[in-house]
This record gives sequence, C-alpha cells and structure tokens, in this order.
Amino acid sequence: MIGGLFIYNHKGEVLISRVYRDDIGRNAVDAFRVNVIHARQQVRSPVTNIARTSFFHVKRSNIWLAAVTKQNVNAAMVFEFLYKMCDVMTAYFGKISEENIKNNFVLIYELLDEILDFGYPQNSETGALKTFITQQGIKGQHQTKEEQSQITSQVTGQIGWRREGIKYRRNELFLDVLESVNLLMSPQGQVLSAHVSGRVVMKSYLSGMPECKFGMNDKIVIDKQGKGGASDEAGKSGKQSIAIDDCTFHQCVRLSKFDSERSISFIPPDGEYELMRYRTTKDIILPFRVIPLVREVGRTKLEVKVVIKSNFKPSLLAQKIEVRIPTPLNTSGVQVICMKGKAKYKASENAIVWKIKRMAGMKESQISAEIELLPTNDKKKWARPPISMNFEVPFAPSGLKVRYLKVFESKLNYSDHDVIKWVRYIGRSGIYETRC
Amino acid sequence: LSCCWLIHRHSDKPAKMPAVSKGDGMRGLAVFISDIRNCKSKEAEIKRINKELANIRSKFKGDKALDGYSKKKYVCKLLFIFLLGHDIDFGHMEAVNLLSSNKYTEKQIGYLFISVLVNSNSELIRLINNAIKNDLSSRNPTFMCLALHCIANVGSREMAEAFASEIPRILVAGDTMDSVKQSAALCLLRLYKTSPDLVLMGEWTSRVVHLLNDQHMGVVTAAISLITCLSQKNPDEFKTCVSLAVSRLSRIVSSASTDLQDYTYYFVPAPWLSCKLLRLLQCYPPPEDGAVKGRLVECLETILNKAQEPPKSKKVQHSNAKNAILFEAISLIIHYDSEPNLLVRACNQLGQFLQHRETNLRYLALESMCTLASSEFSHEAVKTHIETVINALKTERDVSVRQRAADLLYAMCDRSNAKQIVAEMLSYLETADYSIREEMVLKVAILAEKYAVDYSWYVDTILNLIRIAGDYVSEEVWYRVIQIVINRDDVQGYAAKTVFEALQAPACHENMVKVGGYILGEFGNLIAGDPRSSPLVQFNLLHSKFHLCSVPTRALLLSAYIKFINLFPETKATIQEVLRCDSQIRNSDVELQQRAVEYLKLSSIASTDVLATVLEEMPPFPERESSILAKLKKKKGPGAVSVTELEDSKREGGELNGGGDRGPDTASTPSPSADLLGIRSAAPVGAAPASAGSLLVDVFSEAGDISSLTNPLIPLPCRFVCKNNGVLFENQLLQIGIKSEYRQNLGRMYLFYGNKTSVQFASFTTTVSCPGELQSHILSMHLLEPLVEGGAQIQQVLNIECLTDFSDAPLLNIKFRYGGALQNLTLKLPVTINKFFQPTEMTSSDFFQRWKQLSQPQQEAQKIFKANHSMDTEVLKAKLLGLGTALLDNVDPNPENYVCAGVIQTKGQQVGCLLRLEPNAQAQMYRLTLRCSKDSVSRRLCELLAEQF
Repeated sequence: MIGGLFIYNHKGEVLISRVYRDDIGRNAVDAFRVNVIHARQQVRSPVTNIARTSFFHVKRSNIWLAAVTKQNVNAAMVFEFLYKMCDVMTAYFGKISEENIKNNFVLIYELLDEILDFGYPQNSETGALKTFITQQGIKGQHQTKEEQSQITSQVTGQIGWRREGIKYRRNELFLDVLESVNLLMSPQGQVLSAHVSGRVVMKSYLSGMPECKFGMNDKIVIDKQGKGGASDEAGKSGKQSIAIDDCTFHQCVRLSKFDSERSISFIPPDGEYELMRYRTTKDIILPFRVIPLVREVGRTKLEVKVVIKSNFKPSLLAQKIEVRIPTPLNTSGVQVICMKGKAKYKASENAIVWKIKRMAGMKESQISAEIELLPTNDKKKWARPPISMNFEVPFAPSGLKVRYLKVFESKLNYSDHDVIKWVRYIGRSGIYETRC
Repeated sequence: LSCCWLIHRHSDKPAKMPAVSKGDGMRGLAVFISDIRNCKSKEAEIKRINKELANIRSKFKGDKALDGYSKKKYVCKLLFIFLLGHDIDFGHMEAVNLLSSNKYTEKQIGYLFISVLVNSNSELIRLINNAIKNDLSSRNPTFMCLALHCIANVGSREMAEAFASEIPRILVAGDTMDSVKQSAALCLLRLYKTSPDLVLMGEWTSRVVHLLNDQHMGVVTAAISLITCLSQKNPDEFKTCVSLAVSRLSRIVSSASTDLQDYTYYFVPAPWLSCKLLRLLQCYPPPEDGAVKGRLVECLETILNKAQEPPKSKKVQHSNAKNAILFEAISLIIHYDSEPNLLVRACNQLGQFLQHRETNLRYLALESMCTLASSEFSHEAVKTHIETVINALKTERDVSVRQRAADLLYAMCDRSNAKQIVAEMLSYLETADYSIREEMVLKVAILAEKYAVDYSWYVDTILNLIRIAGDYVSEEVWYRVIQIVINRDDVQGYAAKTVFEALQAPACHENMVKVGGYILGEFGNLIAGDPRSSPLVQFNLLHSKFHLCSVPTRALLLSAYIKFINLFPETKATIQEVLRCDSQIRNSDVELQQRAVEYLKLSSIASTDVLATVLEEMPPFPERESSILAKLKKKKGPGAVSVTELEDSKREGGELNGGGDRGPDTASTPSPSADLLGIRSAAPVGAAPASAGSLLVDVFSEAGDISSLTNPLIPLPCRFVCKNNGVLFENQLLQIGIKSEYRQNLGRMYLFYGNKTSVQFASFTTTVSCPGELQSHILSMHLLEPLVEGGAQIQQVLNIECLTDFSDAPLLNIKFRYGGALQNLTLKLPVTINKFFQPTEMTSSDFFQRWKQLSQPQQEAQKIFKANHSMDTEVLKAKLLGLGTALLDNVDPNPENYVCAGVIQTKGQQVGCLLRLEPNAQAQMYRLTLRCSKDSVSRRLCELLAEQF
C-alpha cells in the first residue's frame, strides 16, 4: 500500500506531491531529498529506509519518482507501479521532463487520483484511462450519457482494457519483437555471461472484440506438437525452437490457458501495448564479436587495436554501431586510425567512441589507437574497464520466431485472412561488453 | 578562490599581500567554475571535469613549454577540482615549478597547491624543500612569509625535520621584517605542536623570550602564543618570561587607549595580547620577586578598577573585549590563590555580573565563582551571593546557566548554609530539567550526608529526595541511607517511623519501597508499640506494594518478611500463608521461588533461637567514603569536583586501581539484587553484612595469583616445535589456545583467548612485536573487540610470512583490565623456523649425494645429548614428522637411525636441510647431525631439536 508519491526535479525540488495515507508526514518529502537526492555518496539502492519509512525510487533522465510507504509492502509491486506510471505519463505527454511535468501537473494529479486509490494500484491501462481522463477541457468532450455509462461498465467490467464497439475500416496488426542482448566476454573470447531480454510489443487496430492467438517457436510447445506428429518433423522444428527461461504477460492474456496448453490467447487492448516479456540464456546468437588488443609501451604510451566481426547473414544490415573503448585516466593525447566509420576521443567520458552507421553480416572492421599517457605519481594500475558496444540488428538474437498470430472475431464479419499483419524483429545491445 | 584564507590561518594579522589586480584574474578558471556551477546533474559535472582534466593533461604533456600564467591557471583548476572531491594524481611537478617563479600570484598558487595536496612523495618533497629554502633565504618578506605559511600549513614531520632549526634563526634575527617574524613564530608553534621533539630551542630560548619586548605588537602577540606553548612543556627554561610579561602587561594596562593606535580595539588597548599575557602567567606560580609581584598586583587591580568604570562605548565589542581581559585576570587571581584582597574584589565583581543582562556573562560569572568558592579567602565572599544564585537557579531561562548555578550552590555549601541550600535544591528538583536531575540528586544526597548535624534531618531529606525524584535516585543513594541508618542507633526509630509514614502514600516510588522494606525489616520493632503501626499493619502495608514492584525489590521484600517472622512471631502464620501461595512458591523467577521456598522451610523448621541467630540485626557497616561521591566524580570527570571534596582527593589514587565505585567500597555493599541474607553465597549467614553478590569481583582474594600475570616474559613451551595446535598459556584468568597452519613461507595462526572468570575483561588489546633481527613478519592481525565477556572466548587471526631464516620467536603482548587492575602479559609465539619446512622425498643415493655436497664445516651442526624423553620408535617418528620434514625409510644403512629431508621456504630463498638422528639405546644418548645449505639454519635447528628428544 503506497502511502504517497513524490516527483522531484534534479535539484530535489518537489514537482508533484500526492499523499494517500495519514502515516506519511510532511517531512517525508524532505527526508527523501536530504538522504537520497542530496546524499553525499550517491545512493545506489532503489529502496531506502529512513526512520521506518521506505522510499522506492526510479529516475527518468533528471526526474526522480519516489513512492513512499510505512507498511511492509511488496517492493516489486511498487516498482511495477512506478514503471507503469512512467509509461502512462509518456503516453499522455511524451518525454518525462521537468518542463512537461510542470506543464501537465493538473493532469498528473488527475491520473494519480485514478490509478492509485488509498495507495492501492488501480487500472493503469493507458487505453482505458484515455477514455475518461483527457487533456482537453470538459467542454471539448461531447460524450453522451451512453458513452459515459459505457466507460463505467468497461472500467468495472471483466475486460477493463478494451471497450466495446470499436470499428476500423482496415483491420491491421503490428507486431514488434524487441530484444536486447547482454554479454560479458573475456579477452580470449570466452563468454562469461550472456542473456537476452525481449519484449513483444503489439499495435492492434481491430474491430469488435476479437480473440487472438499468438504462437512462437517455444521449445515446450514445439516438442509437444512433435510428439503428436511425425518424428522427422519434430527433428526439423526442434532445431529452430528456443528455450524461454521466464516470461510475463500483459493482463489481457489468459494465464489459465497458458498454464494448461501453453498457448497465448487474449483479447487485445486497442492501440499499443506490451504483450509479453521474456528472457533467454541459451543458444544466443551474438551479433558481434569484439577482439581487443591492448599493449602498454613503457609508462607513457598505450597501443590499442580493436577488431569487430559481424556474425550474421550477409544479407542483413546492422545499424547504429558504436564501440566505446575506455582510456586510462591519465590520457594526455590520442591518435586514432579506423578503416570504417568515425572515431573520436571523448575526454569528458574518458573513452574513444567509434561509430559506424551500417555494417553487413560476416564482415570485419578494425580500429587502432595510440594513447599517450602523462606519467603520474599514483602507483595504482589502470583497472582496464571493458570495451562496450551498441548496435541494432534486424533479427532476434534469441532466435525467437513468430509462428502465427490468429485473429478470430465471431460477431463481425471479418476473418483472420482479412487482417493485415506486420511483423518486425529488432535486436539491440544491452550491456554488451568485452574485457580487454 | 575561496581557499585563499588557508594561507593566512596562522597569523593574527594577515601579512600585507600585493593586491591582485583585476586584469590578472584568470578568465579560463572563472569560465570553468561557472560551467561547473551551471551543471544540472552530478553526471554533467563529472563529464565537464573529465574534459577539463584531459585538456590539462594534454597541455602539461604538450611539447611547448607553458608560460607562468597558464601554468598557474591550470594548477588552480586542478586545485579546484580537488576541492570538489576528485582525485588529482598529476600536476605536482608544475606546482613545484611555480614555486620558483618571481611573481607573487604564481608563487602563491604553487604554495597553495602544495599545502593542500602534499603527500610524502620523496622526490617532490626534496624539490619543495629546496624551493622553500630558497624563499626563506631570499630577502623578500612576502616570499619568506609564503614559505613559512606553507611549512605551517603542511606541518608534517618531514617539514619539521627540514626547517625546525632554520626558523628560530629567522625569528630572532635582527634584520627580519616584523611580518616575517610574526609568521615565523606561529610557524614554529605549529611545528612544535606536531613534533615537539624536533623543535629544540636551546640557545634561542632567551632571545625568543625577549621578543616579548619587541616594538611591534603583532610580533609580541605571535611570540606569546609560542612562548605559552613552550613554557607549558618546560616551565623552568622560560621562567624569565614572567617578569617580561608582567612589565609588558603593566605597560598595556596603564597606557591610555590612544597609545597603541592600531592595536586598540573599541577603546580597549590590545585585548588579545593582554589575554594571552594573563594566560601565560597562569602557567607559573606567583612571582617571588617582590617588585614584580607588586607590579602585577597593581595591574590586576587596574583591570578590576577599569571594570568599574563606565563603558566608553555602547558597542558589544567594547564590553566583550573588556570582559575577556577581566575574566582572564580573575582566573589568574584564582590560580594564584594568595591575595585575599584581590580574591574578594574578584568575587564582588563577579557578583555584579550575576545579575547582568547578558546570559553569557552570567554563565561565566557562575562558573568562575565556582572556583572562587573553593578558595579559603573568598569562600565567605561567595557565600554572600547565595540569594542571587538561588534566584538564578529558579528563574534562569537557560538550562546551562541553571546547571552552573546548581554547581555553585554545591560548591558554596558548608555547615552554616547547608539546610537552606539543600532545601532550595530539593524544591528546585521538582521542576528541574531531566538532564541534570540525576546529578542534582547525587549532590543533594552528598550535601545532606556531609553536613548533617542531626540525622533525622538527613533521613527526611533523602526520603524526600526519593519521593520527589525517585527515578533519578541511583542505587548508591539508597544504599548509603541504609548504611547510615544501620550505623546510627539514634536515628533508627525515627527512620522506621518516617519510612512507615512515607509508605502510606498511595503511589510511592520503588526505591522508597526498597528502603522501606529494608528498614522495617530491621527496625520495624521500634515502632511496633504504636497500634497504628502494629506488626500486621506494617506487613500489610509492605505487602500492598509487593505486586507493583520489580523482581529485585520483591526479593528484598521477601527477605523483609522473613525478618518480620523473627521480629514479630505473631505475624508468622500470615507470612507463611503469603509465602506458601502459588505466586511465590511457584514463581517463574528462580530467585523469588528459591527465596520463598527456603524462607518458608526456615520459618517452619528452625526453632526461635536459630531464627533469631540467623536473622539477627545487620551489624554496622565499616566506615568508608561515600559511594555517592565516587559516582559524582565519575559523572563529572576530574576537575569538576570542587574543593569541598578535596579531602577525599587523596583517595583518587586508590580509585584508579579500584575502577571507580566498583572499588573496595562495593565489596560489601548490598549486591544489586539486594540479598540481605547472602543466602546464595558460601559465607556464613549473617556473619558478613550482605555478602558480595555474584556480580561483584572480589579483587583482593585473587591478588596473589594475579601478580603472576605480570611476569615479564613467559618462555615458549618447547613442545610447540613439533606441534601446531594446543594450549599456549593458562592461568586463573585467561587461557590462550592456538591453532596454526603453514604452507610454504606463509602461515596462519588462530589465537583463542578464553576468559575463565565470570567478569568482563575491559580494554583487551593484543600486539605482536618481532624482536631484534627477527625476520618472520606478522603480515596482519585482525583487531579484537576491546571487551571479553566473562566465560567467553574470542578469536584472533595472525597471518605470518617468513622473509628469511630467523632464530627468535615473535612476542605477543596482551593487556587488559580485570576488575580495574591492568594485566600485562608477554608470550613468545610458537613460530619457529621449522614450521616452514616442506618435506622432500628422496632415495638413498640422492640423499647421500646431497649430504656430500653440503660438506663445508659451517654447513654442518652436530650435537650429542642425553635423552630427556622416552626413546620409543613411534614417539620419535611422530616427533620427526611433526617437525615438518619427510622421514626417509631405507636410506641409512643402520635401520636404527632416522634420516629426514626437507626444504625451508622463506620469501627470499629456499634452504635445503638434511637431518640424521642416531639414537644409542644403551647409553640413552642421541647424536643429531644437521646439514643445511645455510649455516645459521643448521645451528638454529640443531638447538631447537636437541630439546625435543
């Protein structure tokens, strides 16, 4: 049970303060500012206990969101709520910035009244919220009595995330598989840890109350089917299937059906939403391999050579590639030579940043740099932080494939074939590091 | 730059610095600082700083030499970044370069950087010292000042080593500028404070003292700080300063306020200097020379006179300066304590301040009066202000002032005014602040006891005290009242009556119940004649309180009941009934249950004669210092105890050993559980007044044993040569066990300290030292908790590394306090060279080949000795294996002989060792031969092993 919610700017000034329960005093706002925002040492823990009061905070750019409670609350729930709150605010007014929050403070208070009741999270579905919390004035809305009663029945009904009577001329569906791949690799190329965290994001513009069914190459499902069908088919598809470590679904997915049949069926909300989140750790396709070579020449010079190799189909193109090579803290000058892209020494970040716009699969590129060092009287050795990488590739590094997405709408007269479906895969880098 | 003040910290008046012109300001620095200030987040700030650091690095690294200006600018930036809390690991060289610049601003920034960021980097320190030396020997006063300030700001031992001899020369040289002299004096003071052993005044002493005669007041002010500090350490050398100080003081005091021009502060001539002079004089006894003394008295009188004059200005600074001198003069008068006239005048002067508007003045007046009250000359004078002080206690708004007033009342109390003061303090106690209540209670208790003429008054007072502030009455207070009542026959009846009356109150404090239970149990018969306080009434009264009390009090009440059975046989049935009921005899508290069971049995089995003997009246307590006084002393710390307790101060020496009030006093005070009969202890019942409870340490009975603890050194038991674990040391108090493991040249030793007593060891510390050329180094020692609870065991880990071979074992020193007495213990740790053996297996031929290789005479050590232990084969084998070497079978042609081989691992080298032990069973003799690649090792091993067999 959240006792209150505060939003601060980077200086610790309170932008939004909403208290839900009496046990949260006025001084709680200051306690968080003094002990966390203005703390001498940077506070790393997202949960802080001050005088028997717990503060849960997330930071979005320069904005601090802090939920506060005096009770023994489920911390995961509070963070889920805070993230949801961020999503809702982004959906309403775009980027979360001080300016935007100040401009929309009435709206935010209105939202906070709606999505938290006496500290208990309520319906935080943007689609549903947008039907009755709007940014226009009251006069702007021309809602009939009927529509208003519809809102009530929707919000209190079984399917709170979708209202009835939606009609589109074109029934269209967009499905994005967004993955971020995380890696830590030893200098010798040994994978120390790797995992992919992915999301399936959908945008649906469908009429009526359609029933959807989503299928992917989940190993359990494929194996089960394989047992039933011919044995050679099982062998073929088994190679393609992936093992999902864990996943979470949007509230619209029928969990009972998933538990019993492992099929994902749901009535989708209208507009954009995140259908599921998942994580895999096995058989990850690593899109890039970084081969570092660091040589210390005396006390005042360092030679760095980094080779990157792309490891996917030559027909595909990776984009927005950025390699970040950390430099020692006593760097006094850097000369960089690279074949492809642009490289620059960024003193403010203590790193050489090498950017390549595009790179096809099965290619290789290299950079070499000479780093001049200023001799210091500090005996500490340079810790050699890992080389990190950013990129975007048009496939799912986990190997996930969408097998089907079927739409059934029995009442209206359109069938699965009439729906236009778009599927897109984007693999991005998470923390993608190679030690040097 | 905000940190510029650092440079001037040590001088009273800043030396005149050339003003920095506007055009000289560093624009780049200003831009950088404003950039940082404008940063929106910590990350942005760090980025900006990283960028700037990279820029500075490239500039410093760059090929073209930087000019002084940019060097200064970048060093300034680095300094700023450092002050923001980031690490700076370069730029020191550039800063040192700035020192050799001829421009003031550049030099200043260089020194600033050095003073803030200096670390004992050997190469740079040499350069810095060189630059400072150059500046000191230059004739430019500003440069000299800068150098002196740098020395003072750094103030490290290295600085003291380099310049401690140089600075006194500058200080006394005739041609040194005044401002430089000032800086030199303060710089020397700073060095003296950090490393007094390096600053040797010797021949300079008299010339430094004569600085008091210097024309320049600034120099005198600076010099006097130095002289005060020096003369505190060695007063005899600086004795001559007294007459100089007096004459200087008299010149200042008698001067008209306009004479000193720059040094007149709001019409007060040189107030700082005067205060310092007066403080210097407080380091010495009154001058013996009559003329000097006369002059000083004259000065003090003038100061006191001036205080009477109407103020020359209404400004607060004027009165502050004047009063500062006055209070310093008064403390000097109190310090001398020989001039009745002055003391009385001072007292009167303070009396005026008692009603001053300024709270600070009232506070100071009360505080100074407290010390005045202790002087025999002024005690009476202080007493005249009693009404004012009492008034202050009642009406003062500030709690700290009220506290001082209470202190003063305590200090001025004597037989004549005790009743009044105690009454006032008691009445104040009802409204007193919680923070000072306990102290007040103790003071009232002490005063009441000390000045009690008739003891009924004393009993009244203490009972009142318990009634008013029961929560703040410590154990000691009510122990004391019982001691006094028991020792004085004349008050016992009165006490019983008063206690009985006090207990009538519907709600009375538990302490009151304790006193009541004790006194009625002892002397209830004295008031039993009155039908209003018949035995049964007394018992019912006590028992009505029983259920509201805590366990110790209930235990005390049960003892009182059994005493009642003895005193009034008619109550026996009632009391037995009470004892028999389930809430007593089956009480969940063991102590209460035991008492109930035993008392019940005692009362039903024992004849009246036995009862009368067992439950006899308590014998009088031996006379001794009041434990309350000890408690007050402990609470306030030494120094806060006023003169009324001076007669007790000789006991303080004993207190040090006795550990506060836990000393000899408490050995026979009732134990915290108030065990009147001492049933739990082995002492005969009723023989000793309430025996020492289990919580108290009987310090004396064990004194003989403990003295053995302070043996200088306990030798290493030789069995540890071949053993790694065991009990290293044991006596009545402490057991030390060790467990150790060795691998190559490293070892780890676990030490277990077991407290064998039931009492806590306080300030338990252990240190390990390596004597002489001992090379086995203790790498690390885990620190211990300073307290070892009774019966507890604590563990300590030592990491050991063998650097080269060694012969002496490291020493372990243990210090702790047991019941107040300091115990000191030094042990040899069982670390011997053979612990670092690595066994080496080899064949017969290998062995003899190596044996021959080690054929130089010094490599061999041989010893023939008589067997001390059994010559059993298995025992010998076990010992040789415990040594750490490999025991080689079938090597020696004679199967009786033992042959071993091993390598001693040290950090620097490995020493191969071969051993041959030839027993002769008939003669009970051994021949031991050792050959090692290092001669010292063979000798040491031979010595070690000869003791083993």
